[in-house]
Amino acid sequence: MRRESLINVLLAAGLLGFPLWAYVMNEPFLITLSTRVAILALAGVGLNIALGLGGLVSLGHAAFFGIGGYAMGILASHAQSYAPLMESPFLIEGTKSMPIIWLVAIIASGLAALMIGGLSLRTSGVYFIMITLAFGQMFFYFSISWPAYGGEDGLSIYVRNGFPGLNTLDPIQFFLICYVLLVAVLFFANRLAQSPFGLALNAARQNAMRVETVGITPYQLRLTGFVISGMITGLAGALFADLNRFVSPSMFSWQTSGEIMIFVILGGTARLFGPVAGAAVFIALEHILGGLSEFWHIYLGVLLLGIVLFARGGIIGTLAGHEVRHD
Amino acid sequence: MTKAILSVRDLCKSFGALKATDHVNLDLCTGEIHALIGPNGAGKSTLIQQIAGGMAPDSGSVHFLGQDVTQLSTPKRAQLGLARTFQISALAMEDTVLQNAMLGALGAQGHVFRFFGAASKDRALREVAKTMLERVGLADMAGARTSDLSHGQRRQLEVAVALTLKPRAFVMDEPMAGLGAEGSARLTEFLSDLRQEAPILLVEHDMDAVFALADRISVLVYGQIIATGSVADIRAHPDVRRAYLGEDA
Repeated sequence: MRRESLINVLLAAGLLGFPLWAYVMNEPFLITLSTRVAILALAGVGLNIALGLGGLVSLGHAAFFGIGGYAMGILASHAQSYAPLMESPFLIEGTKSMPIIWLVAIIASGLAALMIGGLSLRTSGVYFIMITLAFGQMFFYFSISWPAYGGEDGLSIYVRNGFPGLNTLDPIQFFLICYVLLVAVLFFANRLAQSPFGLALNAARQNAMRVETVGITPYQLRLTGFVISGMITGLAGALFADLNRFVSPSMFSWQTSGEIMIFVILGGTARLFGPVAGAAVFIALEHILGGLSEFWHIYLGVLLLGIVLFARGGIIGTLAGHEVRHD
Repeated sequence: MTKAILSVRDLCKSFGALKATDHVNLDLCTGEIHALIGPNGAGKSTLIQQIAGGMAPDSGSVHFLGQDVTQLSTPKRAQLGLARTFQISALAMEDTVLQNAMLGALGAQGHVFRFFGAASKDRALREVAKTMLERVGLADMAGARTSDLSHGQRRQLEVAVALTLKPRAFVMDEPMAGLGAEGSARLTEFLSDLRQEAPILLVEHDMDAVFALADRISVLVYGQIIATGSVADIRAHPDVRRAYLGEDA
């Protein structure tokens, strides 16, 4: 087995084992922390498709995270107040069913990614970063000034949404839902990276001219990658809102975009399990150092600087070493 | 004269006051190697860019296989069968040699938007890629990382990727550059046979290679083609001697 595959298996096992241990020890808070890791890792896996595979430095992924969150918030709030979303031309009611909420979150964030990507991908480099940031901020200010769904105060959902056959209020069961989704998406992301599409998108990141010269348009590749990336981050947003039973404009904030990017860079850009390692370390630091000092971000900053300067492959890259993807 | 696969008519491109391409006419016919030579700064790269689709001309037209492609993008022209190799290797350096060749096969095949099956397990892609790597003599390097290749091997890979497109015409920008005597000789032999498959528009500084290979030579100076003719014609042409080979050549 390749060294990186071994590390990936250990990470996956650790992320499953830790909350199970916490469950046995009756430590629900640690289960919730693990759930956060799984959900934030999922958001990172989404961004990693754009950033790692496509080389698209998006500083606006909070838009998709927030859209996923608000998809959950809006549908669930209508369900809990028994007020339909709209009555004409046809009736749309709210729902408390997770699968439907996920589907809506994925579609809504996919459409948003199509719109944002469609415009932003006409630029590149620092302009792309700035335009994605600007779109993210547009969603942020829109959510603040939209009173129907809580505006600045956000929106509380009193009971966690349901999943057929499971008690989602039980922390370990909700964790397992998130974990299974994360593993499924990781499986998909792995397939995607090795697919013909992944080969082409990855080549377009390295040398756009090469891709054009063989008759493939980089813009179409990148837009497709960006939409897939946004959909996954949107799904993570819906889960995150369900974890907290609360959505607020802070999900749309540029700090959220930054944090998702930190998971990816910390763990290892373009590494399959990079966001998992990154989110785990981030949450661990937040939990441990956050208890010592309010200013724990200073230590995070030092760590991040060290990674960027000395270990470009992130945590996974440092542990697994430099490897060529063999055929 | 046989039918022109690629023809450039009255092409003009200016950058401010500089006329980089000045009413250029050029034909590439079936079975020939047409060399484009000229001193540095003559506008060879600008002309190649306009032919391949990387740059739009101010006026004039480019026809490929009887179709006006002047407004078409680089990918569209590649799909029609115009294969280009670069002066400075343009390859996916982090990928393996085989992956680069397979990318070409993928572009030619056209089914890019497949998200599930592994590209490496696609028989059709692999076969084309391997065959072309074999043809340029890179078969045993298939698993190597492209950035680990020598300069000459990267050149070979460029040609292999171009071959995967099953092109109707090649545009090669200085394929011999930096190859060394032996590599140059080998590539010269290879290109000599290749012209039967598809004609080659060859931009090259290596005069030995040009004189050995070219059926026709066009000389570009200050954006203008000052002469087109056989090797003997060009060697004897007084303007060419003055402009390109130096006053006392």
